[in-house]
Amino acid sequence: MHIPDGFFDVPTSIGAAALAAGAVGVSLKLTKGKMDSEVAPVAGLSAVFIFAAQMINFPVALGTSGHLIGGALAAILIGPWAAILAMTVVLGVQALIFADGGLTALGLNILNMGVLAVLVGYLTFTVSMKFLPKNKSGILVATGIAAFLSVPASAAGFVIEYAIGGTATFELGDVMRAVVGVHLLIGLGEALITLLTISAVLTARADLVTGARKFMPKSKLVILGSER
Amino acid sequence: MNLDPIQLDRSKHVHGHNLIDHLYIHEHTKIHDLPAHLKVVGALCFIFVVVATPARDIQVFFAYLVILLSIARLARLKFRTLAKRMLIEIPFVFFAILIPFATPGEKIQVLGLQLSPDGLWVAFGILAKSTLGVMVSIILSASTSSRELLASLEKLRVPATLIQITSFMFRYTAVVLDEMNRMKIARISRGFEPRGILDWRILGQSIGALFIRSYERGERVHLAMLSRGYDGNLSLNNSSKSSRKQKFTALVPALSALTLLTIARL
Repeated sequence: MHIPDGFFDVPTSIGAAALAAGAVGVSLKLTKGKMDSEVAPVAGLSAVFIFAAQMINFPVALGTSGHLIGGALAAILIGPWAAILAMTVVLGVQALIFADGGLTALGLNILNMGVLAVLVGYLTFTVSMKFLPKNKSGILVATGIAAFLSVPASAAGFVIEYAIGGTATFELGDVMRAVVGVHLLIGLGEALITLLTISAVLTARADLVTGARKFMPKSKLVILGSER
Repeated sequence: MNLDPIQLDRSKHVHGHNLIDHLYIHEHTKIHDLPAHLKVVGALCFIFVVVATPARDIQVFFAYLVILLSIARLARLKFRTLAKRMLIEIPFVFFAILIPFATPGEKIQVLGLQLSPDGLWVAFGILAKSTLGVMVSIILSASTSSRELLASLEKLRVPATLIQITSFMFRYTAVVLDEMNRMKIARISRGFEPRGILDWRILGQSIGALFIRSYERGERVHLAMLSRGYDGNLSLNNSSKSSRKQKFTALVPALSALTLLTIARL
């Protein structure tokens, strides 16, 4: 859930906005000229994709359903820096146009869902791949772990921010247990959806999965009839 | 699957038109005519004053509400539309209701419930601020087209790459949502109806396919742009000049809120 206005005090909101702006600045620098094509079309269409994918409801049980958050998915698909940019734009549009997440809380939301989720997801993916077989099943396991951890990571970000400048009077321990606990469950769903999505993309166009590119077996160019 | 992210009009299918501009209500009012970047700055200043207001100043929050309702009226935003769009806040209301129960310290009995008076104040403050915040966003998006909003980002010195990403998002949301809708219709016509976790595989595959289609479209769009001479700059026709009077007008809500707050605090 996006943080609305009023849940954090002004200094915390401004501090988070400054940190988020810093992270976005670094991402802008690191993506400049480093992608295959211009970053804007890829990150732009990925932003649309994340925005759209968040609208697909996954039925859980008893009439409840959940949806994708997409931080880890974006990171593995298009790389962490472009993913931060895409998530930032999605969150900004949601706050400015759809009233989803407060304007003063935009920095906090970007920090948690745009930066923390993406970076923790990508880092977990890279580290997991060091220990896993470098094939499709290895990539999928790493994807699952990465997506799973990305969700409690952004919840942990929320808890830390709450300790600094939350306005509600819940006890910190309660907040930690409730928020992180719930997000461990949500993380399981996120892991499953992300894994299934990456699996589908790997089957059809493995070259598009930026995070997995160097781990997929290189296919040999075979020219029919050349054996003769 | 509801294609309308915040269930605004409950229309079953949102396709063929732009979801982003779906919220914009075309009118010619003082609010609509104000340059978008001034509106964004004005909204941000106002909501920061709101957030800085102590929860116990009930009368000040009431005054803020009056300010926003008058702006909505000036923008000819119907009260019904405003109320309907505010439903997005509902999940958060449930969350805030928990605060008086979970706050440690002294408790009072209200209708047989153990409530914390401090918690009640905090819950009121959070609810009031988030409600006002949602109203600000709704008034902004109802009175500002996506095109103006995009142009305002340039005035606000948002980095060019971010503006370009946003412009792609504005332009292609309708296209990608249509794509998603076609895939959904295809799934339904093959007899698929998602019921539980076992059906997630199909939905995951759909998301994967959606990514590939979006990405490939991004590549095609980029090539098409390059072949028309795209050099990394979008021309947004940003010629609107703002007068000093307009600048002042945009800050009136924030300034009056600040004045009210100061008077109440004296």
